[in-house]
Amino acid sequence: MDLLIFQAPILMVQASLDGILLGILFALIAYGMALQWGVMNIINIAQGELVIVGGYIAYFMYKAGIHPGFGIIVSPIIMYFVGWGLYKLVINKVVDRDLFISILATFGISILTQQLMNFIFGSDVVVAQSNFGTTMFFDGMVTLPNAKIFAAIVSIAFAIGLVIYMRKSKLGRAIRATAQNARAAKIMGVNTEKVYAATFGINAALCGVAGSLIAITFTLHPYVGLPYTVRSFMIVIIAGLGNLPGVALSGMGLGVFEEFADYILGTEFRIGSVFTLLVLILVYRRFKLSRKREYLK
Amino acid sequence: MKKNNLILYGTILILGLVAPFIFPGFKLQISFLWILIVLAMTWDVQGGQMGYNTFGNILFFGVGMYLCASVQIGMFFPLAEWTEAGGEKTFVHTPPQYFQGLLFGLILAGIIPAIVAGLIGYGILGLRGHYFAICTLGLGIAAGEIAGGIEIIGAGQGMTTPPWPKNIGDTELRSQFFYYICFGLVIFTFLFLQWAYKTRFGLVLNAIRDNEDKAEAMGIYTMRYKIIGWMVSAFFVGIAGGLMGNMVGYIEPVEVAFAGPTFGVFMVLMAILGGKGTLWGPVIGATVFHLFKEGFWTFFLGWQYVALGVLIVVIVVFFPEGIMGWLREKYPEKFGEVIDEADRKAQVELK
Repeated sequence: MDLLIFQAPILMVQASLDGILLGILFALIAYGMALQWGVMNIINIAQGELVIVGGYIAYFMYKAGIHPGFGIIVSPIIMYFVGWGLYKLVINKVVDRDLFISILATFGISILTQQLMNFIFGSDVVVAQSNFGTTMFFDGMVTLPNAKIFAAIVSIAFAIGLVIYMRKSKLGRAIRATAQNARAAKIMGVNTEKVYAATFGINAALCGVAGSLIAITFTLHPYVGLPYTVRSFMIVIIAGLGNLPGVALSGMGLGVFEEFADYILGTEFRIGSVFTLLVLILVYRRFKLSRKREYLK
Repeated sequence: MKKNNLILYGTILILGLVAPFIFPGFKLQISFLWILIVLAMTWDVQGGQMGYNTFGNILFFGVGMYLCASVQIGMFFPLAEWTEAGGEKTFVHTPPQYFQGLLFGLILAGIIPAIVAGLIGYGILGLRGHYFAICTLGLGIAAGEIAGGIEIIGAGQGMTTPPWPKNIGDTELRSQFFYYICFGLVIFTFLFLQWAYKTRFGLVLNAIRDNEDKAEAMGIYTMRYKIIGWMVSAFFVGIAGGLMGNMVGYIEPVEVAFAGPTFGVFMVLMAILGGKGTLWGPVIGATVFHLFKEGFWTFFLGWQYVALGVLIVVIVVFFPEGIMGWLREKYPEKFGEVIDEADRKAQVELK
């Protein structure tokens, strides 16, 4: 086969590095999803849309003349309240219901958000220029935009910060207690309603950070949210809930897979390969478990 | 009861048969309504009767649509050149060719998606609950993305379906023709499902919904029934897709064929609106939804998808039992449920 990637091994380095940096971003989004899934038992299809909304906040800062890098501070603050409001409006009514209800309700939110973004921000593909420059390796054969490196460092910093916050703070303890057993936590005096709202807010804030990083490293478009949801779902089911190193690793793995799929199959199959991989992973796990007469729970 | 049913079915049948003459301007819209009813009813086989909430039935819709069009064209002309020519009419079907192609196309559009459903179903019907839902969601979108990359069926640009042959009538006759095929399909689907729900098959599906582990413990091969259920859905959805492609006249991978955000969600929404797990629920839900959609969406011009999003959230969060569920709560005796008043009072007192 006449594939450039195997003839020029340097391209593999490029794809792998791109993939790892991209994967760290995915892992950050997936961390938010794992958090709300574990605590509230909700799968949020609108996760990707939260990311894109967060990205647009950074983009509008860029439009207003502020450096989009500051989006990582502004975006999570705004998104926290967006998430909190979303919880109070809709999510609190689906928390202890069937999971499918939450999937469908958030799917509705996702369609709604997409369309609103389409009206308010327009359907053009936008990008916020960060002017961070690029770093070159191997005589310019491998180029890495500094924005991507910045994105990876910020993601790691936020993830570590959140882990510490969950371990040390009072709210973090309350969230972990609610995740273990909501009823017992309630008896012990935890206001689970507040904990849920805070969890959803933190998740939205993480999405906001990731979104503002995507705004400076990649492109934004009102309709690209769903792939981010599916990626984070995939990362969570590979890693398992509450397995943070696993989330980081599988995020990077997914990023590398995507870059290679992009090079080998072509860009038009990139999103398709992500969704196909999701189906394949689920089918693989189902057959593996069915040998033990079990199923994915 | 029996006599009432006869009157009801008779009225619907006659209304359906004469509708194109009473509302000649709405023929296409009513044909779309029949298609939507088929989609909602077949979704309900999984979502309502079997308890497997799928977003992936749109996959068979798209496969049926592409397959039907490809067979119609490929039987007589080279497919690649047809899609290459785009909208230009370099190849023209003669009437016998057209109807032959349509017949074979629709038959294959039913059979092949059913086989696909069997194969995929073997893989993913072992998943349960939300894993199944997300997996099928991925499946539908993956199919759209992949179809958008295949050259022979027009890739992202899409392809046109064969136009109605010129020398046998105008577009009036065309829409009438497709109207009756759609009506026939909906009648056939309804009668088939009505019969199927009465047999052991329907009982097993309900057993799977209520408790799959117990059903398995009772010695039912649940996998087999789940696959057959999905194949049945795929068969009808595939034919509906083939018809839809011919009525629209133009197939595009993401917006028309594998249209997850429109038809893929509509079918779920219609079944839930009407009442999951009932025979009439999806029919009522689809009718109400279609009337609402066509009647009010013109007022939201451009905002219809925002309205759709709001509608999904409102229906799912506040009205999950649907119209039939609400009726059942209100008039339980009409549904053959007997309420023991003394027992109910005792229950209330206990609370």
